[in-house]
Amino acid sequence: MSLLEIQDLKVHFETDDGAVRAVDGASFSVDRGQTLGIVGESGSGKSVANMTILGLTQSPITSISGRIMLEGRDLLEASPEELQAIRGEEIAMIFQDPLTSLHPFYKIGKQLVEAIQVHKDVSKQAARERAIELLGLVGIPDPEQRMGDYPHEFSGGMRQRVMIAMALVNDPKILIADEPTTALDVTIQAQILRLIQRLQEQFGMAVILITHDLGVVADVADYINVMYAGRIVEAGTLDEIFYDPQHPYTWGLLGSLARPDRPRALRLSQIQGQPPSLLAPPQGCHFRPRCPYEFDKCKQTPGLEPRSGTAGHLDRCWLPPDKKRSLRVVQGDQIGLEVPAA
Amino acid sequence: MTDVAPAATDGARAQGGLLEIRDLVKHFPIKSGVLIDRQVGAVRAVDGVTLTVKEGETLGLVGESGCGKSTLCRTILQLIPPTAGSVRFEGQELVGKRGRALQPLRREMQMIFQDPYASLNPRQRVGQIIGNPLRIHGLASGDSLKRQVNELLERVGLGPEHYNRFPHEFSGGQRQRIGIARALALRPKLIIADEPVSALDVSIQAQIINLLEDLQDDFKLTYIFVAHDLGVIRHVSDRIAVMYLGKIVELGPAEEVYSNPIHPYTLTLLSALPIPDPKANAARNPIIPEGDLPSPANPPAACRFHTRCPYATEICSQEEPPLVNYGNDHWAACHHPLHREHPEAVRAALPELTREPA
Repeated sequence: MSLLEIQDLKVHFETDDGAVRAVDGASFSVDRGQTLGIVGESGSGKSVANMTILGLTQSPITSISGRIMLEGRDLLEASPEELQAIRGEEIAMIFQDPLTSLHPFYKIGKQLVEAIQVHKDVSKQAARERAIELLGLVGIPDPEQRMGDYPHEFSGGMRQRVMIAMALVNDPKILIADEPTTALDVTIQAQILRLIQRLQEQFGMAVILITHDLGVVADVADYINVMYAGRIVEAGTLDEIFYDPQHPYTWGLLGSLARPDRPRALRLSQIQGQPPSLLAPPQGCHFRPRCPYEFDKCKQTPGLEPRSGTAGHLDRCWLPPDKKRSLRVVQGDQIGLEVPAA
Repeated sequence: MTDVAPAATDGARAQGGLLEIRDLVKHFPIKSGVLIDRQVGAVRAVDGVTLTVKEGETLGLVGESGCGKSTLCRTILQLIPPTAGSVRFEGQELVGKRGRALQPLRREMQMIFQDPYASLNPRQRVGQIIGNPLRIHGLASGDSLKRQVNELLERVGLGPEHYNRFPHEFSGGQRQRIGIARALALRPKLIIADEPVSALDVSIQAQIINLLEDLQDDFKLTYIFVAHDLGVIRHVSDRIAVMYLGKIVELGPAEEVYSNPIHPYTLTLLSALPIPDPKANAARNPIIPEGDLPSPANPPAACRFHTRCPYATEICSQEEPPLVNYGNDHWAACHHPLHREHPEAVRAALPELTREPA
């Protein structure tokens, strides 16, 4: 049994125009010490799926189905009090924008102490000492003095360190990081990714890293889920996704990248058109309208199954594996979709 | 109120520079005081930049946030007046010109902005937005205006059915196409694109980059392309300028800068960037600088990178290194040029970059 197992999760939001199917049947799992990267573009459902794990998408217009099993308990059945205890204590989350996730009126120290005292019955002094220890652990110089500073006195990278410290206060089993480095510069991004990796090794956490950046997942993830229009379209190990991708959407993603480590290609391979509306996604395969290799069978929804010949490597594409390997376009050593003519 | 020296015109043409920037400076004053504003300091956003942009090339401008890339773009176009220095476009001095005197030059230089949501007027229809430049410059009206706008729409991959729609009806990628059509309307020679794809999803980024490259061929455009994404910059640029805290620290042909970086800051930028190839990532020995970017209001003395540089020595905090040509039109401002003093560090940090292409 995995530490966290999500089974056929569906999250639909009822609107005046109909149901928005933000997550439409996602299944994945993550274990201690593993890093799962979830990659997708905006609107693919990657954030909604993970916020649902923490019960953050519950509202009168939301309908949620499926199972979210944390060590055998179903979090979708948990009461608000139980969820409150799980949030921060067993599963912690850090967000993209560290400025809006910290309260601007309170000193960093007070916010950290509060986070500790909500979950643990300790004295203020003990909580304060723990907070200083954590700030030091995430690499903030002069932690004792910085406890008295307000969020605006920290730089973007330092704020994200504070958020990580806050996420770690109760030694969570799972850390969900939603685009943790997207707002940061590359040199600071590298510092924060190293920090998350170091802390994961130290505490044996499971990390779910949500990002749109294939470079970031290539750097830190063990397993990758590629999401498109509410569904996971491909799941596999790092090497499987990068060197033997099975789904045409994954080819498109890999091919669209302008690589910093390759001499200039003449033209980028690109995915035509735009992602579908989640109010009325296409029948069958959601990538069908943009896929150059669409055929009759694509009107039926392909399941997320092992199709490539490797047990753990799953995808949702009806094409036979030999055909996939011959269809995907290789430019230099970069896999992609077809390259459009000028 | 600056007079243009006619002699300079021929000089600039002879060097083949479409745009000549000399010692351009933009300081934003920091003021304090209740009744009387006293200037207590300055944010030195652009601090002495000299650059030439050749006709038909794409100059890529990279650097981290706060390094002055956007301010440089805006001072080049005189959208904000520079503090000092000179900007010549086809030999004509722009600095000092205001209002109407700039209008004919604005036809030649246009800008594409980063945020396709904030840079289009939400109350105007697409036809108006794209037609405005033509109307303002008195180049077209009535049917001819509509026909030209429709041609532009088609050229950027939209259609006449979009003419009467509002910006909110479009996705981010489509809005960026509208911004590009607006910039093209006056058939400019130079387009400054300030992070044109960074707000877009990866699959849409490739569409826009391909479009910009096609337009460059069709209209013989010169681009200044600003981005923080080193992959995008390598893909589009002929030459690259790397900025750090208001100064250019390295400048050269794109392939030279990527395969043979001279300035340690360029190397840290390249090596800190995770690349979408797990094996190549694992093979690298990245140089991750300590600490944050210093404030441009109070930049370090002498070489501005010395506080974060792994190779800094005493001289780096005492003397400012000049921008030196190391051959092949490859310039860098560093006391310890990497290719001479630390070639092994470059190879270790970037094995896949320095590898000869197969």
